Formats: sequence, structure tokens, C-alpha cells
Amino acid sequence: MSTYYYAAVQRWPRHTWVGRFGVVLGLCAFLVALPPFRVNAPWVPVLIGFLAFAAGIWALSRGQTRPGWTAIGFGIVGIALGLLATKASSSNLDQVVVWGALLSSTLQWATPLTYAAIGGLICERSGVVNIGLEGMMLAGAFFGVLGADVTGTWWGGLVVAAVAGAAFAAVHAVMSINLRADQIVSGTAINFLALGVTGYFFISHYGDRGSPGNLPRIPDVNIGFLGSVFGSLNLMIWLSFLLVIVAYFALFRTPIGLRLRSVGEHPRAADTVGISVYGIRYAAVILSGIFAALGGAYLSVGFVGSFNEGMTNGRGFIALAAVIFGNWRPFGAFAAALLFGASTALSFRLQQPWGNASVLFQSLPYVLVLIAVAGVIARPTPPASAGRPYVKQ
Amino acid sequence: VSEAATPPPPLESDSEAYAPSVSAFYQRAGGIVTPLITTVFAFFMGGLVVAATGHNPLDVYRAIFNGAGLNWFLHFGSYHIDIPFTNHHVWFWWDTDTNKTAAFNLTQTLITTAPLILTGLAVAFAFRCGLFNIGGQGQYIVGATVSVYVGSRFVEMAHIPHVMLAIVLAALAGAGWAAIAGFLKATVGAHEVITTIMLNWIAYWGGSYLFGRGGPLQNHVQVAVPISDDVVPGARLAAIWGNPALQALHSGIFIAIAALIVFYLVLNRTTLGYQVRAVGFNPEAARYGGISVGRNFVIAMAISGLFAGLAGAIDILGWQFRLGVLDVQVSNIGFIGIAVALLGRNTAVGVGLAALLFGSLFNGVSSRSIDASIFPATLAGNLALTIQALILLFIGADLLIVYVWQARKKLKLRPAQGTK
Repeated sequence: MSTYYYAAVQRWPRHTWVGRFGVVLGLCAFLVALPPFRVNAPWVPVLIGFLAFAAGIWALSRGQTRPGWTAIGFGIVGIALGLLATKASSSNLDQVVVWGALLSSTLQWATPLTYAAIGGLICERSGVVNIGLEGMMLAGAFFGVLGADVTGTWWGGLVVAAVAGAAFAAVHAVMSINLRADQIVSGTAINFLALGVTGYFFISHYGDRGSPGNLPRIPDVNIGFLGSVFGSLNLMIWLSFLLVIVAYFALFRTPIGLRLRSVGEHPRAADTVGISVYGIRYAAVILSGIFAALGGAYLSVGFVGSFNEGMTNGRGFIALAAVIFGNWRPFGAFAAALLFGASTALSFRLQQPWGNASVLFQSLPYVLVLIAVAGVIARPTPPASAGRPYVKQ
Repeated sequence: VSEAATPPPPLESDSEAYAPSVSAFYQRAGGIVTPLITTVFAFFMGGLVVAATGHNPLDVYRAIFNGAGLNWFLHFGSYHIDIPFTNHHVWFWWDTDTNKTAAFNLTQTLITTAPLILTGLAVAFAFRCGLFNIGGQGQYIVGATVSVYVGSRFVEMAHIPHVMLAIVLAALAGAGWAAIAGFLKATVGAHEVITTIMLNWIAYWGGSYLFGRGGPLQNHVQVAVPISDDVVPGARLAAIWGNPALQALHSGIFIAIAALIVFYLVLNRTTLGYQVRAVGFNPEAARYGGISVGRNFVIAMAISGLFAGLAGAIDILGWQFRLGVLDVQVSNIGFIGIAVALLGRNTAVGVGLAALLFGSLFNGVSSRSIDASIFPATLAGNLALTIQALILLFIGADLLIVYVWQARKKLKLRPAQGTK
């Protein structure tokens, strides 16, 4: 027992704990102003936020840059949101902050991002940049609907979506691995190709009628004792939790994961010890296409229940943002996907009281990534060889 | 995406990876062969899709050709053309009357071509500095937003200064938006592809907020419609060909052509252009030669954004006259600019020709140009996107052409070896 405790203290020294405490305080600064606490006095969130700020400074001045800046950021944002919440009328607040609805909506919006982000993460960890996530998601969304419609089963839709995503990813793989094309150009081309191909076949197959209304949907998993939110989540949401855990263990706790990461960091060294760089990269890119397509299929077959042209609307890029914001780590990417999912969910819930301004919440992921790569809070570090084609010798 | 200080090498400079005979082939063929083969191949693949869904590809491509108004050039006769600023006219071998469909379609193609030239230049200029400016779309939106704001305010200004003010401010706004990415690249080494993608989407949602219902720049009269105020007549670009009431070709095409010349001159005839190209070829060598790499990153991105901002300005002041949430969300002029620049090999002449190709393609498939009895416009629009994607895909893979070339040579050699 004591050795475990000692190990934890060793890994996270005291000043780091202060920084992490500051992060929690920053969250509290916002939470106290919301139901069920609903503190009306503006000084309360300000005070708690300042404490968070102070904790951040403490950690920062003792050499803990990352937790320090994070706590400071949370403190400032906590003060701002807390003040905003105390200013808002309580009826509006009740309307927006329905925790159960907000939570389930967050999970629904985060799930497509999680799938695509895990796919993108695997791809980039192997050293291939994947800007084409958006296109692969869109392909999954359309071919998922087509597959579910043709086979008459939701899992048929998922299989067809996965195959389509793999096909688009295979194009990207051939272009960027064998033909050594610029991976950004190839990814951009995949996005347009998916937009054109799905749009073309959608119009050509369904015409003006749109996708059928009686589409078989991915079922919800009803577990009564888990309460109203977690008791009736979609199957794909549960699978996404599983995917994150499996991806973590596969990447960081198995030989295959080690090989994949080594190919992304130093392909020549990996090649020298007998790892097939091209093989690993092909597998990673195609896997990323499958996961991105499953995310897209959840969006169309699971969540919305229909398809329309260009329906992913930038979600692939948010997934890319989640990969970067999560520092190319599965749990980091998952946390970022949840955060970005929450920003989308909030943007829809805030439409009532805020009107049009709620749209700005949709841009939050992009702003956060811009701030992150600018290096204000410890800058994300990508795999060393991401974006560089490998030439066999 | 790698965040190392060295940018990815320009597409053509990877010559050491090719065999000597192949690079000799490249030098002989110049930059023309690959774009031509790529284009033909992309149209061929698009034709396969069309044929697979039960249409005749030749008929479809003829409909797009006519929809773009390119058949105008095929019809000779004895007509006349007006001389500007006078009441005189002289003999001309083509019919300039835009009441005829072909001539009207051609004016619309040129309207589409003008901003494509500019967004193509926006990508090409950054490319010559070794930067991949994927954010032309965001810079375009920012430029369009500023020009619609200036164009719909300051009603009492005179015509020329008003137009100039709107254009200059829009170009500067685009430059500033792009310079954020250049600055982050120069100071902290943030990869420009990531930052410009993020800036694109921030511009997308920012525009959706500004012009959405109740947004700060939303129309003051039609409060239920998510569009901007109209650009006042005094701030619109002059029409040069056609009936202004029916969307005439505007003088923005001259701005685009001037930008092509400026692009060529700046890159090839000035110190700035020399430095930009030096950084693009090899940033380490440029640094060793005393060139400030970071400064050139910022300047190259700013000039790129300048071009894209200009594109937004001429679209707004030339024919749109207003900007709606829908325009912000569905426009992809900036993204097509990537294909324009790559197909045009990042040169002035190439960008001009590629912009004309894509301008014809995208105008030729628009719902009011294409003959719907031959091919529905909804399908045609997606066909155009697919063709554009295929061009983008294969132009990036010039190694593919090299492989094909080598395979051809091997096929030639094989019988010769057999006779030995």
C-alpha cells in the first residue's frame, strides 16, 4: 500500500498535485453558479477562480509548467463562465443546464469524434498524416445508410460502412506510402472525393426522396439500474468506451503497439530491426479509415437516422483537433472528444437563451487547438516522422 | 503532422528519389506533361462513373462544355464589339451579345474563374516558400466579410475611393488572417497546415455568427433572413460585359489578371521573391545565406492571404453584393484554389490556365448552365467535385506517372533482351 502511494507521489510531485487541485478549483468556480448549487453572488466564482489561478502560479513557479498553466487557464475560464452564469436569469439556467440531457447529448456528439479521433491517432502514430478523416467519416455515413437500407439490418450497414472507409483509406495509403505523394494533398483529395462520390451516389440512388425513413437503426443498450443517462446509451457509445481502452493497451502495452509507434518515430531504425514499415503503415491507415467510417455510420445510422449531402460538416476536422489536443494519446483524445462534444451540445442548448451567438460555441475546438499549438499550455508533440514518406533502402 | 522547423519539400524537388533518366524526362517534359495526363485521366475516370450510372459520358461532357460557354469560341461570324468609353464599335469575329446562351455562359465562367485565379495564387505563393496554405477558404471568407461590411456602409463616399477602400481592407484582412498561421510557424514552429485548418473553421463559424439571425452584421431590413446588408451601388465593381441586371462580367477579372502578373514579378524579379523561393527550396541553406526564415514565413503567408482576401472582395463587390450564412457555409472557392495551384505547378501561367479549367468545370455544372435534360445539375455538381478530387489525387502522385513511364520502358526493353 505504502509503496503504491510512494510511487504515485514520485510520479506526480507535490507541486503537480497543487496544479491539479487548481484545475478542480477552476471547474468548481463555474459549477457553483449552476444548478443545483446556484450561487447568485458574483464574488464566489471569482474567489474560487482566483484560488485556482494562485494554485497554477504556485505549480508554475516551482517548475511544473504544464499543470500550472492548465490550472491558470481553468481558473480564468471558470471565473468568466461563473460570472456569466450568475448574471443569467435562473429560468434560463434551468432550461440550459439539465444535467442528464446535457450529458447524454454530449456523449452523442462526442462518439463520432471518438471513433474518428482514435482512427486518426493510430494513423498518425504510424507516421502518416490523415487530413482525410472527414472524407472517410462521410463515406461511412453514406455507405452505412446504403448498407443498412440494402441489407435491412443495422450491422449490415456498419459492415458496408467499414468496407467503404477502408477503401477510401486504402487510396490514401497507396498515395502516401508507396507513391510518396504529399500526405496533405492526398488527404484533401480524399475529402473531396468522398464529398463528390457520396453526393453523386446519394442523388443517383435516392434522388429527391432522400434516404428512407424506415432505416434500421443501431439499437440502444438498456441497462435499467444505471439511471436515465447511462441506462439507455446507444450500443456504439458503449463500444467507443471499449475502443479507447483497447486502443490504449494495444498502443502502449503490446509489441504491436510498440512497433507501430517506432515506425512513426524512426522508420529507419524500425526497418533495420526487421519491422515492415510499409506493412504497419498500410494496416494503420486502413484501420483509421475503418474507425472513421464507423464514427460516420454512428452519426447517420445510429444517431440521426438519415443521410444528407456533406452531413459530417467538419466533424472529421474536429476529430483531428481532438488528436492534437489530446497529444496523440488515446485517453487524451477521448477527453478532448468529450470536451468538443460538450461544446457542440452546449451550442445547441444555448440556442434558446442566446440565439445566434450560441453558434460561436461550435468554433471552440478550433480555437482551443490554435491556442494549444501556439504553445501557451505545454505544446503537443506529434510523432517524429508524421508526414514524411519512408523510402526503403 | 510534423512540427519540425523544416517544411516539407516542394513537390518537384524530390529528384534524388528518381532515377537519373526519369529526372531527365521531367526536365525535358517541363511541367506540362503531368498536369495534362492527370487532367485527361481524371476526366476519364469521371466518365467511367457517369457511364456506370447509365448516362453517356460524351453527352455529359458536351453539356458541361456548352454549359461553361466554351462553345462560344466555335461559332464564327461577322459581328461587332464596342470600344470602351466611346460610342464606336468595330468588326469582331465572335458574337458578344449576352442574350445568346453561349456568350452569357462564358461571362459566368469568367466570373467564377477570377476568384479561382486569386485563391490559386494564395496557395501557390505559400507553396513557393515551402508552406502549405490550406486556409485559402478562411482567408476568402474574412476578405468577403470585410468587403461586404465596408461596401454596405460609408454610403456617402464617392465611387472609386469606396471600391478601393473595400478592396484594400478586405485584402489586408485576408493577409492578417493568414499571417496568424505564418507568425505561429515562425515563432513556435506550429505546423501551418494545422493552424490554417483551424483558422478556416473559425472563419466558418464566425461568419455564421455575424450574418446569422440577430448577428451583428445581419440585414437591417429583412430581420428574418440570415444575410448581410446589400453592398450599395456606389461600391460595386463596374460591369464590362453583359447586362448588369443579369449578373454581368465585372472588372474583377482585371484584378485577377493583374495579380497573376504581380505574382510573377514579385517571385522572379524582386529580392523578396528571391528570398521566398530560397526559403522554399531549402530553409537551412537560406538561413545560412543570411535570410531570415521566420520573417519570410510571415510575409509569404500574408501575401497569400492578400490574394485570397482579394478573391473574397471581388466576388462580393462584383456580383454577389451580399453575403449570407449559406454562402459562408457552402462556398469552397478557397479549397478549389489548392487544386488550381497544384495543377498549375505553382506558376503564374499555370495557375491562370488551371483556374480557367476549374472555372469552366464548376460553372459548366451549375444548375442554370447545364442542360438538365442531358444530365441533372445535382449529379453534375458532385461529378465536378469528384473530377477535382481525382486531379488533386493524381497531381500529388507524380511518382505514379514515373512508374507508368518506367513500366513502358521495361516493356520496350523486354523483346530486345529476349533476342540476345
